[in-house]
Amino acid sequence: MSKIREAFRNGKAFVAFITCGDPDLENTVEVVKAAAKNGADLIELGIPFSDPTAEGPDIQGANLRALAGGVTTDKIFETVKEIRKTVSTPMVFMTYANVVYSYGIERFCKIASEIGMDGMILPDVPFEEKEEFAPTCRRYGLDFISLIVPTSHERIAMIAKEAEGFVYCVSSLGVTGDRGTITTDISAMTELVRKANPSIPCAVGFDISTPEQAKLMAQFADGVIVGSGIVRIVGQHGKNAAPYVGEYVKSMKDAIR
Amino acid sequence: MDTNAKTSRGRFGVHGGQYIPETLMNAVIELEEAYNHYKNDPAFNQELTALLNDYAGRPSRLYYAEKMTKDLGGAKIYLKREDLNHTGSHKINNVLGQALLAKKMGKIRLIAETGAGQHGVATATAAALMGMECVVFMGKEDTERQALNVYRMKLLGADVIPVTTGTATLKDAVSEAMREWTNRIDDTHYCLGSVMGPHPFPTIVRDFQSVISKEIKAQMLEKEGRLPDAVIACVGGGSNAIGAFYHFIEDTAVRLIGCEAAGRGIDTFETAATISTGRLGIFHGMKSYFCQDEFGQIAPVYSISAGLDYPGVGPEHAWLHDTGRAEYVAITDDEAVNAFEYLSRTEGVIPAIESSHAVAYALKLAPTMDKDQIIVINISGRGDKDVAAIARYRGEELYE
Repeated sequence: MSKIREAFRNGKAFVAFITCGDPDLENTVEVVKAAAKNGADLIELGIPFSDPTAEGPDIQGANLRALAGGVTTDKIFETVKEIRKTVSTPMVFMTYANVVYSYGIERFCKIASEIGMDGMILPDVPFEEKEEFAPTCRRYGLDFISLIVPTSHERIAMIAKEAEGFVYCVSSLGVTGDRGTITTDISAMTELVRKANPSIPCAVGFDISTPEQAKLMAQFADGVIVGSGIVRIVGQHGKNAAPYVGEYVKSMKDAIR
Repeated sequence: MDTNAKTSRGRFGVHGGQYIPETLMNAVIELEEAYNHYKNDPAFNQELTALLNDYAGRPSRLYYAEKMTKDLGGAKIYLKREDLNHTGSHKINNVLGQALLAKKMGKIRLIAETGAGQHGVATATAAALMGMECVVFMGKEDTERQALNVYRMKLLGADVIPVTTGTATLKDAVSEAMREWTNRIDDTHYCLGSVMGPHPFPTIVRDFQSVISKEIKAQMLEKEGRLPDAVIACVGGGSNAIGAFYHFIEDTAVRLIGCEAAGRGIDTFETAATISTGRLGIFHGMKSYFCQDEFGQIAPVYSISAGLDYPGVGPEHAWLHDTGRAEYVAITDDEAVNAFEYLSRTEGVIPAIESSHAVAYALKLAPTMDKDQIIVINISGRGDKDVAAIARYRGEELYE
């Protein structure tokens, strides 16, 4: 069993997404530490991409700020080594297919595994294309995380059966970023996942930013994922963001406990 | 070698595929099923042919450019006049097909990306004709260099959304159109304008554009009793080129030449010549060649031509390049502008700055060929939209 499953053993899991290098990598180390210390059970480290087609304005902005600061995949690997000196929380990379493909899938997975990463999320690699990435990930002990969305319908069973680590349930259509209310029937989605794969945890993300929303979603899932909410705090406070992120993570984790 | 080439759909060699968020998977599956159904439906094809002929003005002329031929003193040159189509470019061929398909699928809204504005204008036109809503995404920089086309789209009833993200050009317009499609897939069809993106788009757009080479072949046989020796077309994403090449792919004696935009030169960073300078990668739903840095970040590209200002190329072109069936050459801004002026003066045909890249290569190639050989240049669009920009390139203070 992968380390990612451990993230779902401490009650409902809180999954924190952090864009690496926004505004710089020193700050990322501090923000990740603050999130881990304040109750994040799993951390998604975003490797910025020039053209993040699945992201809304908040995370797009974070990607561009990070790239403008000169962040590269190699520098992020070094940063993960630094983080791993003190943080044992399970961590996965979230980035786009080309970042991994252009680095060399094998080479990327080998290094990711050596520096202590536990998995990978590539939002532009659907079920139909995952065989290009997932077997290499598996060989290096990385879970290749699958996403399901409200329009997945009959695809959910197919995806859930082969899911690794956890299933990332997208709570609304469209790109990342909260929209105030969450209308999708999450419980129906998570039920379909459990029917096809009873042991895989489900974490819900894409639209959650307040403790109230997190609490609501946690009723139907094994964890909640927050991206834009944290990215906005980092965007607002820049190099002083770590304590604010810590406070926010604590409020979110407390809400779903 | 990618083992995946065997398993996933829509592959051209290793290229193509469906690298898109799960959010879009059912939409592209639905599109593929609908297309597979309607492409063999006689009523659909009859309706489309009627639109292409009676509304868009097909077949487009194949014109013998006698003055140009004599001036260059080599191969006989024919111009395939896609610039004479309704809306002024080849884009209408694909748009009428996709709009009709979308309508049959019950969609009420078309969204599109556009670079030079030609595809946006064509989409806005089809939407007006078929009573559909239309939203066009266009890089802010392009809305400025193609202001006239922005107004044309608005006149046709479309909303034009200037895209300010990234480099504010064609690639960002594609990203934004994809984002919008994930927001509203139920009632919206993404009318993609080139032979790019996730399967089935490269195939659908190629099929709708292949009418160009089908006509060239018939017209050539009628006029000359033989096939041409070379077909030349400009390549951004590559829709007019694949349309002009497609029915000649099996005729291996016909050279197929795609002209990429070199911008200020392929040895500079200000270029959009993907095959000359790019590497294999995954972006905008497809595996193909892309201009990118060593960490896979998509490079900002540049060309004087807004329609060729794209960091990737359609997967079928990437494959035609790999197999050597087609050749790809890079043409600079300077060469294209010279060709723009040359064709205007010599034949009284003002080509789009995109098509001028193909004309520019013909200017080099024709003199090296024999007089009994034949070149067809695909004039993919007309150049009215470019006149002010070319004037400025030549230092004249002309604004639309």
